[in-house]
Amino acid sequence: MNPYLFVAQKKYLLLLTLLVATINVRAQDSTMAYIKEGSYIPLYGNADKPPITVSSFYIDKYPVTNAQFLEFVKKHPEYSKSELKGIYAEKNYLYYWLGNYDYGSQKGNAPVTNVSWFAAKCYCECQGKRLPTMDEWEYIAMADEYSVDARTKEEFNKFILSWYEKPQTFLNQVGSTYKNKWGVFDMHGLVWEWTFDFNSIFLSGESRKDKDTDKLLFCGSGSVNASDLMDYAAFMRFAFRGSLKANFTTRNLGFRCAKNLSPGRLTVNSQAK
Amino acid sequence: MKRILKTTTYVLAGAALTFGFLSFKDDPIKDYSKIPVVGQSVAELTAPPFVPKPVGNRAATKLIVNMEIKEQEGEMADGVKYTYWTFGGTVPGSFIRTRVGDEVEFHLKNHPDNKLPHNIDLHAVTGQGGGAASSLVAPGHEKTFSFKVINPGLYVYHCATAPVGMHIANGMYGLILVEPEGGLPPVDKEYYIMQGDFYTKGAYGEEGSQPFDMDKAIKEQPDYVVFNGKVGALTGANAITAKVGETVRLFVGNGGPNLVSSFHVIGEVFDKIYLEGGEKINENVQTTLIPAGGSAIAEFKVDVNGTFILVDHSIFRAFNKGALGMLKVEGPENKTIYSGVIKEETYNPESRNVEKVKDEKTAAPTKPASVKNTQTAPAKPAPAKTAKSAPAKPSAQNLRTESTPLKPAPHLQTQTASNLQAKIAAGKNVFSKTCFACHQSEGQGIPNAFPPLAKSDFLNNNPKKAINAVIHGLSGDLTVNGKKYNSVMTPQNLTDEEIANVLTYVYHSWGNSKKVITASMVKNERKNKPVSVASAH
Repeated sequence: MNPYLFVAQKKYLLLLTLLVATINVRAQDSTMAYIKEGSYIPLYGNADKPPITVSSFYIDKYPVTNAQFLEFVKKHPEYSKSELKGIYAEKNYLYYWLGNYDYGSQKGNAPVTNVSWFAAKCYCECQGKRLPTMDEWEYIAMADEYSVDARTKEEFNKFILSWYEKPQTFLNQVGSTYKNKWGVFDMHGLVWEWTFDFNSIFLSGESRKDKDTDKLLFCGSGSVNASDLMDYAAFMRFAFRGSLKANFTTRNLGFRCAKNLSPGRLTVNSQAK
Repeated sequence: MKRILKTTTYVLAGAALTFGFLSFKDDPIKDYSKIPVVGQSVAELTAPPFVPKPVGNRAATKLIVNMEIKEQEGEMADGVKYTYWTFGGTVPGSFIRTRVGDEVEFHLKNHPDNKLPHNIDLHAVTGQGGGAASSLVAPGHEKTFSFKVINPGLYVYHCATAPVGMHIANGMYGLILVEPEGGLPPVDKEYYIMQGDFYTKGAYGEEGSQPFDMDKAIKEQPDYVVFNGKVGALTGANAITAKVGETVRLFVGNGGPNLVSSFHVIGEVFDKIYLEGGEKINENVQTTLIPAGGSAIAEFKVDVNGTFILVDHSIFRAFNKGALGMLKVEGPENKTIYSGVIKEETYNPESRNVEKVKDEKTAAPTKPASVKNTQTAPAKPAPAKTAKSAPAKPSAQNLRTESTPLKPAPHLQTQTASNLQAKIAAGKNVFSKTCFACHQSEGQGIPNAFPPLAKSDFLNNNPKKAINAVIHGLSGDLTVNGKKYNSVMTPQNLTDEEIANVLTYVYHSWGNSKKVITASMVKNERKNKPVSVASAH
């Protein structure tokens, strides 16, 4: 055997190992975007209260896909379509899947939907992540392609509203809408997304009633509290979240995961001061 | 003095007692909440313009209503697509018919493919939010609540989920009828009509998928004001019908979200109006006001035949925004009530020189004096020359003509011109938005008012004049297929391409000469002055 060749091979192997290692490190980063700390006034905020502060965190760049969720249920059969306990999801759980390990004719890279909050939460935790809080989610969702807060842009709001009129966008693949200033895709225009505290803003079924309660959001008269009267797009999101319970699953509702900067602390990441 | 006061007090007290007693005697049971229910049944729901069968004499019952909410794409006008949010798949939503004392068990179902949560506020409900508080339902879910209807009348229902205005603007409204004990008096025909205003990104008639426009909605400037959810939902083949001698009852609602309706039927007087859908009846009404989120019941006997046009008499809405429907009444004429044309003759005001008129009549006995006068008037500087010599200063109309052909890319233009079928299809859309109201769906026109376009000798003999009429309008005496017409066609604000398409469509329909009109022919004709009627013969 040619010793020279052997050395060369060894060298090559080393290089390769190094390269793979690098990819591994980067791979973990590349699926998530870094979100820098900041503050914002949410829809339901008002002039009397200070803005909400959101600490730095990571967020998945894309919503979780059918293919990714399939990998998850393979490892956790108790979350498969037929095995999941009734208290964790209603009977529509993954209803468009053909079997426990078969998402049928759907695209593998389309977002997984018809998952309950319990299933979404468990999925994230199994990846060493967590669901984003509503404030985190809203904070990221303010951004369009060019700025971190595009809420006053007419075109941006029109884009969000127009999604409500596009049928069956859940069939599209992730990444098919737009990449925002943070490097995060599909915050609007693909599917709704679960948040950790989706029901922390109470929206009563009757959207116009009692201004005098301490409820933060209700709409016809709720616009009295809303910081931006024109933010109808956000009204819809809060109305939608208000209609949900943790075991609900709907065809237009998926999720993505978030992660703290220092791993291991799964505390809620934002608080009004 | 003291005694007088005392007496007065006694008299007043006595009167109060008597009246109190009398009114109690007149209405032995006003408290409909105490009516017991017997058995249960599933409510018949109908799509507009139809209503379920009357309640008649049936007892109050437990009535189960199954209502499904669907977000779905539909057509606002030919070629104009719009995503409606609906109760039961139609705009307005399914008609619900109950009687006073019924206990309604309402099942609200939100289709799994829908994106949004919805709820329902029924104005017939006595309770918080009219049911809205109990009915917020997520996609893929069903909510059940129940209520007892204790006030007879015709009531609006609508979605009240945030943002309420947008849910209503997208079509989420309908009517629920609560009949009195023993039912409403029987009639021959009953129909369900509901007005609504719509706000689209594009202007009226702009084709393609049109998203909802919140700015216009807030400014209350709708592009469409329509009956039953779309332009033409009640016209042509979709018209409602009756026979001479029948009594027609219209359940009319107004979903809004913004506009108040001045509901009117051209050529009819409402014999009875249940004001605002309540118990009070007014008689012999021409136009009834229907508030947004309100209703009226209109009843009238149809005494003569013909097509009666339903409009919002805020009239630009009818002819420019779509608020137009038709009631076709078949049967014999009734000359006592309506004669039709008895005769037509020349009219000369007395101030005119009688001698001169006589002279003219001798010179040209076949032509009406007024028409001859316009014809012989000294020619003013031809507009064509002005346009040529001063192209830098085009009139507003010329500006539109000249700038329009610049817009489409050259290959697009040839594509449009080369495909006759596409041209005809595009022309049909223009026809149904612009020409249809007068010339009618089959080009048959309206006798004695608007000339026919079907097998029309005027069209087939004079393509240039047909183009000219669309561009500049046409008025005065006109003979088409041997019948005389004297009315006004206004100039039509259409592009060259649109005029070419609509005329090509007309020439390829109803036995006409299959002539193809091109945009350049229209452009040429714009340079010519308006055709005087006499020369059109």
